Amino acid sequence: MTEPSSILQPGTPAPDFTLPVTPDQTVSLSDFRGRPVILAFYPNDFSPVCGDQMGLYNEILSEFHKHHAELLGISVDSSWCHAAFASNRKLHFPLLADFEPKGAVAKRYGVYRDHEGTAGRALFVIDGEGIIRWSFLSPVGINPGADGILDALDELDSHTGAKA
Amino acid sequence: MTTKQQGTLRADVSERDHQLGPADAPVTLIEYGDLQCPHCRRAHGVLPRVMRRMGDKMRFVFRHFPITESHPNALHAAEAAESVAAQVGEKGFWKMHDLLYEHQPEWEDAQDDARILALAREAGADPDVVAADLDSDKYEEKVKADFMSGVRSGVNGTPTFFINGRRFDGDWTSVDTFVAALEAAES
Repeated sequence: MTEPSSILQPGTPAPDFTLPVTPDQTVSLSDFRGRPVILAFYPNDFSPVCGDQMGLYNEILSEFHKHHAELLGISVDSSWCHAAFASNRKLHFPLLADFEPKGAVAKRYGVYRDHEGTAGRALFVIDGEGIIRWSFLSPVGINPGADGILDALDELDSHTGAKA
Repeated sequence: MTTKQQGTLRADVSERDHQLGPADAPVTLIEYGDLQCPHCRRAHGVLPRVMRRMGDKMRFVFRHFPITESHPNALHAAEAAESVAAQVGEKGFWKMHDLLYEHQPEWEDAQDDARILALAREAGADPDVVAADLDSDKYEEKVKADFMSGVRSGVNGTPTFFINGRRFDGDWTSVDTFVAALEAAES
């Protein structure tokens, strides 16, 4: 169980990307310029821990929205698989397909797991200017929860003077 | 930039909490649980054995963490348990907590609160008062406060346990492993 060790660190500009969000639509990180983005990389749709993690984030979307933050889930699964997963779990946030070339975005963020061929369980909070403000790589079997994300968003608000 | 450690309890145990065992026990085990969650139901089967083994060395605290998107009846179950507690006291809360887990398959898919109200009656409460409390969302705020304290502490699904303020990421399905972790926290 090797963990990727080169996760992009705070202060680094977040690499822009464009990925499918449905079978016929794409989304780019730069579309969200001006507000914080939470990038949640996870290994696979439907694996039990991921389901819990995305289910938890789904339940607290309103907390993220209080910070005007957008949550994007990313895995190497295809957009059709994401659609089935989102429908099954009633997820109300976009899941991006880092599918072709496989894991290219995860690699650029330093969180790709070569041996497994999936993204690691990694979180990034990116500010409105596109700079990474917080990043965290969790052991793949451990759902990291949301406390670190909310702390990072609080910190971001305290710096920008935005209303939490 | 974030110095707080993840997976650390942010809300100390207080008199608003439901507690079993001595307040000055060297080990405090907190469960963030969802009354409609099948894994929590499984934990409910493990915990009495853990408590027996730990005896007076442990205090157990239950906090609500209803994941309503996947468990639509979980919020009403939690609010009903609070309503029973307000009417009958802490013994009533734990009775209702136990009944809800034991009878979970009977109410998890229900389209109304009838079965939950029947359990509230069994726990010694007036079901009409519980129904009125559910109607007025009287205890929703208390349940949501539990939920948010869990989110900010790093709850990552249900059940999530904290042993003396640290999230326990080990195996709670085995009594031996669970007790070993609790005993390690004692020293």
